[in-house]
Amino acid sequence: MKTHIGPALRLTLALLLLLSAVYPLLVGGIARLAPGGGNGRTVSILGKTVGYADVGQSFTQDRYFNSRPSAVGYNPAGSGGSNKGPSNPDYRKEVQARIDTFLNHNPGVHQAEIPAELVTASGSGLDPDLSPAAARIQISRIARVRNLPPDLLNRLVDECTEGPWLGLFGPEKVNVLRLNLALDQLK
Amino acid sequence: MTNELLGIALIYGLAVLSAYPLGKLIAAVYAGRPNVMDWMAPLERLLYRIGGIDPHRRMNWKEHLTALLTLSGVWFVYGFILLQTQGSLPLNPDGNPSQTPDLAFNTVISFIVNCDLQHYSGESGLTYLTQTAVVMFFQFVSAAAGMAALAVLFNALQTQATDRPNNFYVYFVRSITRILLPLSLVLALILAFNGVPASFEGKDTVVTLEGDTVQVSRGPAAGMIAIKQLGTNGGGWFGVNSAHPLENPNFATNVAENVSILLIPMALVFALGFYLNRKKLALSIFLVMTVGFFAVLTPSLTAELKGNPAIASLGIGQPLGSMEGKEIRFGAAASAFWGISTTATSNGSVNAMHDSMTPLSGAMQLLDMMINAFYGGVGVGLLNYFIYLIIAVFISGLMVGRTPEFLGRKIEAREMKIASLVALLHPLLILAGTALASHLRVNAPQADWTVRPAGWLSNPGFHGFSQMLYEFTSSAANNGSGFEGLSDSNFFWNYTTGLVLILSRYLPIVGPIAIAGLLAGKKYVPESAGTLPTDNATFGLMTFAVIFILAALSFFPALALGPLAEYFSLP
Amino acid sequence: MTPSTSSSAKRVARPHRSSLFKAALRESFLKLNPALLIRNPVMFTVEIGTAVMLLVTVYIALSGETDQGTPGYNFAVTAVLLLTILFANFAEAIAEARGRAQAESLRKTRQETPAKVLPADGGFSPDQVRVTSSAQLRKDDLFLCETGDIIPSDGEIIEGLATIDESAITGESAPVIREAGGDRSSVTGGTKVLSDRIIVRVTTRPGESFLDKMIALVEGASRQKTPNEVALTILLAGFTLVFIIVCITLQPFAVYAGTPITVAALIALFVCLIPTTIGGLLSAIGIAGMDRALRANVIAKSGRAVETAGDVDTLLLDKTGTITIGNRKATRFYPAPGIAPVDLIRSAALSSLADETPEGKSIVELAGPEMTRELSTAGATLIRFTAETRSSGIDLPLNGSARPAGRPNGLRIRKGAVDAIRTLVRRANQTFPEETDAQAKAIAANGGTPLIVTENEQVMGVVELQDIIKPGIAERFERLRKMGVKTVMVTGDNPLTARFIAAKAGVDEFIAEAKPEDKMNYIRREQAGGKLVAMMGDGTNDAPALAQADVGVAMNSGTQAAREAGNMVDLDNDPTKLIEVVEIGKQLLITRGTLTTFSIANDVAKYFAIVPALFVASIPALQQLNLMRLHSPESAILSAVIFNALIIPMLIPLALRGVGYQPIGASALLRRNLFIYGLGGLAAPFVGIKLIDLIVGLLI
Repeated sequence: MKTHIGPALRLTLALLLLLSAVYPLLVGGIARLAPGGGNGRTVSILGKTVGYADVGQSFTQDRYFNSRPSAVGYNPAGSGGSNKGPSNPDYRKEVQARIDTFLNHNPGVHQAEIPAELVTASGSGLDPDLSPAAARIQISRIARVRNLPPDLLNRLVDECTEGPWLGLFGPEKVNVLRLNLALDQLK
Repeated sequence: MTNELLGIALIYGLAVLSAYPLGKLIAAVYAGRPNVMDWMAPLERLLYRIGGIDPHRRMNWKEHLTALLTLSGVWFVYGFILLQTQGSLPLNPDGNPSQTPDLAFNTVISFIVNCDLQHYSGESGLTYLTQTAVVMFFQFVSAAAGMAALAVLFNALQTQATDRPNNFYVYFVRSITRILLPLSLVLALILAFNGVPASFEGKDTVVTLEGDTVQVSRGPAAGMIAIKQLGTNGGGWFGVNSAHPLENPNFATNVAENVSILLIPMALVFALGFYLNRKKLALSIFLVMTVGFFAVLTPSLTAELKGNPAIASLGIGQPLGSMEGKEIRFGAAASAFWGISTTATSNGSVNAMHDSMTPLSGAMQLLDMMINAFYGGVGVGLLNYFIYLIIAVFISGLMVGRTPEFLGRKIEAREMKIASLVALLHPLLILAGTALASHLRVNAPQADWTVRPAGWLSNPGFHGFSQMLYEFTSSAANNGSGFEGLSDSNFFWNYTTGLVLILSRYLPIVGPIAIAGLLAGKKYVPESAGTLPTDNATFGLMTFAVIFILAALSFFPALALGPLAEYFSLP
Repeated sequence: MTPSTSSSAKRVARPHRSSLFKAALRESFLKLNPALLIRNPVMFTVEIGTAVMLLVTVYIALSGETDQGTPGYNFAVTAVLLLTILFANFAEAIAEARGRAQAESLRKTRQETPAKVLPADGGFSPDQVRVTSSAQLRKDDLFLCETGDIIPSDGEIIEGLATIDESAITGESAPVIREAGGDRSSVTGGTKVLSDRIIVRVTTRPGESFLDKMIALVEGASRQKTPNEVALTILLAGFTLVFIIVCITLQPFAVYAGTPITVAALIALFVCLIPTTIGGLLSAIGIAGMDRALRANVIAKSGRAVETAGDVDTLLLDKTGTITIGNRKATRFYPAPGIAPVDLIRSAALSSLADETPEGKSIVELAGPEMTRELSTAGATLIRFTAETRSSGIDLPLNGSARPAGRPNGLRIRKGAVDAIRTLVRRANQTFPEETDAQAKAIAANGGTPLIVTENEQVMGVVELQDIIKPGIAERFERLRKMGVKTVMVTGDNPLTARFIAAKAGVDEFIAEAKPEDKMNYIRREQAGGKLVAMMGDGTNDAPALAQADVGVAMNSGTQAAREAGNMVDLDNDPTKLIEVVEIGKQLLITRGTLTTFSIANDVAKYFAIVPALFVASIPALQQLNLMRLHSPESAILSAVIFNALIIPMLIPLALRGVGYQPIGASALLRRNLFIYGLGGLAAPFVGIKLIDLIVGLLI
């Protein structure tokens, strides 16, 4: 044991320097060349930062495409999911309430048409995306509130829809911030 | 759905394709054969010189273990002090507080043992100093220590003595310089160029489109995320781990990270084949693990894609499957696949909330950790598998009428004693821990703790039981993922899981290495027609049966009361 | 059963079945003593469980509490648990009883035999002989045996020669000759002197003879677990501990789930899960292995020896008597150039008339009565075979009556191996004809042994001696090869002959022109390569090699030194017994392995019987786990424990008989046993428990 303490201490110190100083500084240094300069990608309008491209924002107003429910209210200082189990009766009530709210705000939508992702919370609480279906089901409401032709909104959603990675892998999605920014541009 | 399935096929395919050449490299690194990473030699020499280490000194199995345990001891003291003083140390732009002793104990143990159970949230529970100099540092060294332990096993399993390196520090240092560090650098840069923060800037303040003012947590996350995946650590920079859009911004990074989770555990199996020149044995082990992996993946994947029956009963559609706790950019398939990858490999990072997944997924993730050897954690996965292998060899050796032997060495009472003890430890820790928690929850709901047992669980009934079971299973498997609805950052959970972590890390390393050390000291028996081949399908089937039966028999009642009862109770 | 063991029918008569049964039944109760049962950790925990159940039953009956189920149900569970232990004890007891009976019936023949003891100085006159009982004999006592006497103890002849009937021990009716000095000097107690008189020194202390050792080995008190049995017991204890943990922790789980479990259900679950089947049969399997060896008339000095036999990699076999029948026979005469056949035949016959070796006799036989009738060796000097000359022969006097016509001078006739005779011929400045040399080589290449005959150092020709390979031996070696055992033939023959016989008999290797130390060296070399070596031997020469070999089987007819050196003694003196011994060893391990697999595989079905039964009252959803659709929770639990108990006696015959070994390759064998005992073990209890439940369901 004793013969190993010296090497253990000194090796630990040397590795601390390598792994906790040299390595992160190297990554950080090279990342300056990356989009966002290693600080995360931001979205700006007229020089004003309105958010992080990848971090979801709370959209609850009827005039915007609403984002998914979030257990942390889209507060990106932290993060979190609901951690509600599938059989939890409170959870069922919560989802039922969200359905009711949605139906209230979107008259004419049938309950069976509501995609589950629109009434279930994401894992991070910061999900920046919607499924195309979850965006489309909100079109008639937004068209009504904003007085826009639904066709235009449909096209908008199509434009903002990102297909699977490399056209093959993974789901389709619509970035809500981008979609809502584009929506604001329509005016 | 096709694209979602193609996505996971891509992840698995890429992982296998890159694991094979990496395994070859790892074998060359441990065997001291010339390899493409030889340019690291000067750095290694420097590290040996600073450490006062003679890399040529040959060690026996006891010295290897002493070196491992001494290193761990030094790290414990260092980490325990830093975590409790981090609030007043530099690199704390967000002004986060120091950890309490029980939380610091749990955190430091959890990272030293390669588990990364996090009873804190990264955004507020650590500072940039402790994130990099404690947590990330431990992620490198604990992974390297596990790999070095496996290298000790490789060396001991050779049929005759060779002059290959046989020094713990050499295995340990080379694991870092030639495997973990270079791979981490590559992955960290991939992540950084996809938008993962890498600078030391603190929180950013943003006014959203709807006019809310929010603060966005950031920090040098890319480097840590890389090693957390590659080293099967799993402890994330942010609270929700790789579900966080800044840890895992898109499907491409999800592919890169999920491949990294599987990469080294798979590569080490191939490395065994290259190191011992027994490629068929490695292949058969790989196949058993793969069959096991897909056997637990299939129910989970099916259940997630099908959706939660409780939601379905509300009369809404679930075209994307069960989406509670999941991110749109990954989808149900890639989330289920990650869930199985991370529990199979003792990684523990998540890209969706396991607590909210369907009961079958929970059951499969638990089973994965209860078995803990379908690829398994870096180094330790194969060490765990070795224990199953010894038991399978013993029973099947008897069945063919020969004193059981593995790689030409007889398995006798002493080896069985160690193997039985190690195999016993896992159910003991999981079941006893969960029993204690259940008991307190029922009989002392108002015990005078910061968080009273009555407030532990975010879910009632069977799922609440699963939350406790999952926490101890994850600790005993050194996994680190959780049913995060459990309020675990308190006296009871910090200490009990901390203790489970220590025992479940070191005994399963000491056991197999002791067995291998004992075996290496025995006479080598050349194979004959009566010797049971351990590298074909029949023996693979036997090993598979032993693994499943052992896990199923130990944990069936617990699973029946948790996820299975929940599954059958859903509409 | 192997073909070789079928011959055991003629051996010692088996004791009566029902008496064995009764004795074993009594023993099963005696073995309930916890002090004895603790040697078997699995069954010991069952006993503790039974004791707890008994207390619970009594408590319920007295207090009238209803939480734990009816008293009748609890009593039923207790009774079935007790039955489980009794069945396990019975398995062990019946195996012990059979082994003991087997050994006793062998020993009976040697007890209470009068012994004619002589004074220790060895010199004797009839009046000094003291008649006492064999039980009174001490080691190194001398005793006298005359025609018709039963030999009272194992011993070594120090004076005299006798023909002895060993059929009481070996079942072989042909009498054998035993004489002082040399390799055939030991006698076994219980055998009968047919003629002549011998003085024998007692070599074993009463109570320490091999049979006594054997009896001790099968009896509980002194039975040592073999290393493999120890390892398996550890694994089984590990399983038991796991299930202790599972069952203890299940209680708080159940309380959390709001579904408290009765003590009966918890203990039933525990007993069903721990490997009681193999735990209950383990010692019976070990004893039965020894018993099988004994029935093959092999006395193993330790259980370990039997177990090791199954692992043997290399088998050293003497050619003579094992591979070939007894001795070589003369088959043909080949005269040298210029020699008339009749002259060669006459010389050969003359040199062999007084030769008592089997080879010599066969030459006379081959020469035929017409030739030998007129020959006489009166007055001739017999030249015995010595290690230096390596030839034998006869010197006829100058003017002896046997002097053949045309040969005025005395005759020196020699016969011997080629190189020995060549030296002889060269020394006399004679030539050794090339044709003869070629002929000799041709004979050797055909597996024969050439014997050169000379008359006054002139080569007369060659006699061909041929080995007769035992019928069926090649098949046995093929079987051994499939078992992964390498066979090595040891012979004094020259390499050419040896190669031919080796090829014909199908052995893998041979050691030709073997000297005693060659065997030893070969064994050491094999062992250095990690191999386990078995050999059989009888001579004092063999003793070091027997001791060195991992499995050394000494022939009972061998010297005391050989019998002490080996770890098994073969009462039949049958050199092919080694093959049987290897199979017995393998059977022993296979039986353990397959029953372990069966026992553990059973647990799956038991879980599906008991777990739903435990919880279904408060968690109706778990009814879906009740795959067998068992009648009620109580009947499910009772059916599971009843199945668990009944499976033990049902498997006793298999445990005693042993699971058959088939040399089909290790992987194929594993596949086969995994299919039968693994899959069978998975399926059998589903069927069994369901059937029992149908009956139990009617009763409650």
